Amino acid sequence: MAAVTQDTAVSTGRITRTFIYVVLIVFALFYLLPLYVMGVNSVKPLAEITGGNMMALPQTWTIEPWLSAWSTAQIGVEPTGLKPYFLNSLLMVVPAVAISTVVGALNGYVLTKWRFRGDTWVFGLMLFSCFIPFQIVLIPMAVVLGKLGLAGSVPGLVLVHVVYGIGFTTLYYRNYYAAFPTELVRAAMMDGAGFFQIFWRIMLPVSGPITVVSVIWQFTNIWNDFLFGASFGGTSQPMTVALNNLVQSSTGVKEYNVHFAGAILAALPTLFVYIVAGRYFVRGLMAGSVKG
Amino acid sequence: MGFLDIKNVTKSYGPVEVLHRVDIAVQEGEFLVLVGPSGCGKSTLLNMIAGLEGISGGDIAIKGRVINGVHPSKRNIAMVFQSYALYPNMTVGQNITFGLEMHGTPKPERDRALADVAKLLQIDHLLDRKPGQLSGGQRQRVAMGRALVRNPDVFLFDEPLSNLDAKLRVDMRTEIKKLHQKLKTTIVYVTHDQIEAMTLSTRIAVMNKGFVQQLGTPKEIYDTPANLFVATFMGSPAMNIVPATVEMQDGAPHARITDAEGAPRLLRFSQANLAGWAGKDILLGIRPEAITDPEGADRKSSNIQSFANRVTVTEPAGSDTFVTMTISGKDAIARMRADATVAPGEVFDFAINMEKAVAFDPATEERIPA
Amino acid sequence: MATSVTADFRTRLQDWLPKVVLAPSFAVILLFVYGFIAFTVVLSFTGSKMLPKWDFIGFENYAKLFALQHWSTAVTNLAIFATLYIVICTLVGLALAIFLDQKIRGEGLLRPIYLYPMALSFIVTGTAWKWFLDPGIGLEKTMRLWGWESFSFTWIKDNDMAIYTIVIAAVWQTSGFVMAMFLAGLRGIDNEILKAAQIDGASNWQLYRRIVIPLLRPAFLSAFVILFHLAIKSYDLVVALTGGGPGRSTEMPATFMYSYTFTRNQMGIGASSAVIMLMTIAAIMIPYLYSELKEKK
Repeated sequence: MAAVTQDTAVSTGRITRTFIYVVLIVFALFYLLPLYVMGVNSVKPLAEITGGNMMALPQTWTIEPWLSAWSTAQIGVEPTGLKPYFLNSLLMVVPAVAISTVVGALNGYVLTKWRFRGDTWVFGLMLFSCFIPFQIVLIPMAVVLGKLGLAGSVPGLVLVHVVYGIGFTTLYYRNYYAAFPTELVRAAMMDGAGFFQIFWRIMLPVSGPITVVSVIWQFTNIWNDFLFGASFGGTSQPMTVALNNLVQSSTGVKEYNVHFAGAILAALPTLFVYIVAGRYFVRGLMAGSVKG
Repeated sequence: MGFLDIKNVTKSYGPVEVLHRVDIAVQEGEFLVLVGPSGCGKSTLLNMIAGLEGISGGDIAIKGRVINGVHPSKRNIAMVFQSYALYPNMTVGQNITFGLEMHGTPKPERDRALADVAKLLQIDHLLDRKPGQLSGGQRQRVAMGRALVRNPDVFLFDEPLSNLDAKLRVDMRTEIKKLHQKLKTTIVYVTHDQIEAMTLSTRIAVMNKGFVQQLGTPKEIYDTPANLFVATFMGSPAMNIVPATVEMQDGAPHARITDAEGAPRLLRFSQANLAGWAGKDILLGIRPEAITDPEGADRKSSNIQSFANRVTVTEPAGSDTFVTMTISGKDAIARMRADATVAPGEVFDFAINMEKAVAFDPATEERIPA
Repeated sequence: MATSVTADFRTRLQDWLPKVVLAPSFAVILLFVYGFIAFTVVLSFTGSKMLPKWDFIGFENYAKLFALQHWSTAVTNLAIFATLYIVICTLVGLALAIFLDQKIRGEGLLRPIYLYPMALSFIVTGTAWKWFLDPGIGLEKTMRLWGWESFSFTWIKDNDMAIYTIVIAAVWQTSGFVMAMFLAGLRGIDNEILKAAQIDGASNWQLYRRIVIPLLRPAFLSAFVILFHLAIKSYDLVVALTGGGPGRSTEMPATFMYSYTFTRNQMGIGASSAVIMLMTIAAIMIPYLYSELKEKK
């Protein structure tokens, strides 16, 4: 009997299985379609897009749209291409990810291994901050950034992203460290290791998986952010805002191929991270978010 | 004054007191076992000695120095944890010497200490492995090595054998006992396993509900349990407890019980002072090994009484055969020799060693002193 | 002799060091989250226009807000969008997870394909779908070029239908993620339970309906909470896909708040709309987080 050999304990007939495969493949196509369309049309001359079929492969291949999107396309009023904005995003993402991850790791360590009266409340307040609609902080944030002289600057955006990222990174590390045996910390204490020594020598060496999760999560969230970038970007706008400006510009001919090249450029870093480390991310994320 | 003094120690979480006025003086070289069911406060007490939990009242002193509030690493104690708590990212060697490193011991000295301990525990060949590559028994040894290398005043063991399988547990038990005999160190050992407590200890503190129920040598605890809890907790199978009435006959106190058919029977007590309880109800405690077949009875005993009763169930266990019967309406177990021929349903002539019988006050559950 | 001994320096240091480490984060959260929330709440009771000013006018902003046609459109749109988005994402995610859990060959290839949209910015997603759904160059035109002359798909230009294009794009982006959550839930179910149910004679359908899906309750709850708060916060996708149009047909509270606060100089009304959004999310999140954190103790 087939059922006996199957691990899932659920046996399915041949017709059902065929149906399942068809559904799965149709959905795979649904998810891939926009990416395919963007990719194919970003290497076509504009005339081929407006006159031809969006699904067709290019008759004339060209990298012109990519070059244009990167360095010459009109963003707002300046024909700078997306390059400077890509740089802005990088300058913003790297420190913001690094700081929020380190802070989250320390917070998670304190909240699980050095518990104190009221620690659940502290964590609860931090956790809730992950879910607030950011519209509620936009106005006071604009005021405070202005007062600090950080409005419209990369450091201002770094500050914003660190502040609103701490909740998530703390959540991840707290859930991960909660499963880490407290006896190990006690053993290290009896061995004479102090607060930071325990963190550095005992906790950090086993924190690889959750650090991958935290870094990927923060990287994609911050890179993909639009609301804060649009509100506080000023002259240091990130990639997403620039892409939107490029696509939405109402002047001149709509250069669809350039838009696509730009969209792919904006997506590349997160796609790259996802392809390289996505497997660990899903595994770690599940451990973190489903179990609350 | 002892080597390790626990004086009037209490522990409270908020308004709830979980450990009540514990007083134990441990002498140098003693092996004290704290035993009791889960939640009895034994681990809390151990953690308080270790400094991992605060002391709400009273004092704990080592060699006369009060250590309340002293950091765990400054108490000159070492601890073996239930889960072993080996650092997964370090090798066995690094695990063992981590404590010395934290205390600033120079490398050559650490290496020498490591070599000594590794030789003592026969783990020389494992020093470069990670804990993940070790078997349960090997991890146990490494955990002990980590404690030994510090050369502490007091060793604390927190249920160190409970994660091992049955056979290994017995082997490691012997190992720990050998080590204690060799090194003559002072040990406080927590377990819920009464056999471990009996075999390892020089003294046992039986705990329940945050109170020390009885503190004494294994023999005292086993033969003269202070109360019903100690009597039933220590020993396997547990002591038989049956209701009885004290009755005077020929000037000696007897226990009046009933057999399986409900017929009244009298068993003479060895303790003459039970005469004071004449006419009153008591709880009679008899260990299973004090109810045997007549050939298996203790020849040194001066008070073996014959007791014919119907057998309910027999359970051959290899070395012994356990026989269940009904006494005073309760199940009672007898421990017979393996070759005793008893069958369920038959009436068998048992021999009861009344010298080992104990009596409890049903109201207070305390043992009536002999 | 019981001289009361105070803790040594090291022990006391270890006592307050963890709190010192945690304190900056906590202070930052208190200020930038809860302080700012208080700021916005107070602001929503003032007559602020272009800049914050502190002339209190009571509930006037809220009264104005709920009288605005623009706001009720946004709320209606959100209700339609959130309901469809949550329901469809959950159904698609659950179906894909159950199908993928049938010892499918190529699972390792399919899973990342379902998940990758999550790595993209809503702006990228919006750009791609905006174009794909554009009748002039996207799907409609392609179908006609392939010979289906009468094919018509103009939702994105249609006042009544445009909101559904946002649902399509949002489902495309997040359903794979929901699939992953359900898949993790399925993989966590004890196989022996399933085997026992089979021995009891349950068919596959009964097995899933009676045993598996009820056991996935925690995954349903997490998925709902995540989708719900994403729905209310959705801003970028609307901006990139439709810009709130055609007309105001895809306006949402998030876009409403932004335009009233920063482009129409009605900061008081913008603040009050943000407060309403926060209260909606809090109504779901606070009980959820409370029960989650309480269980752990």
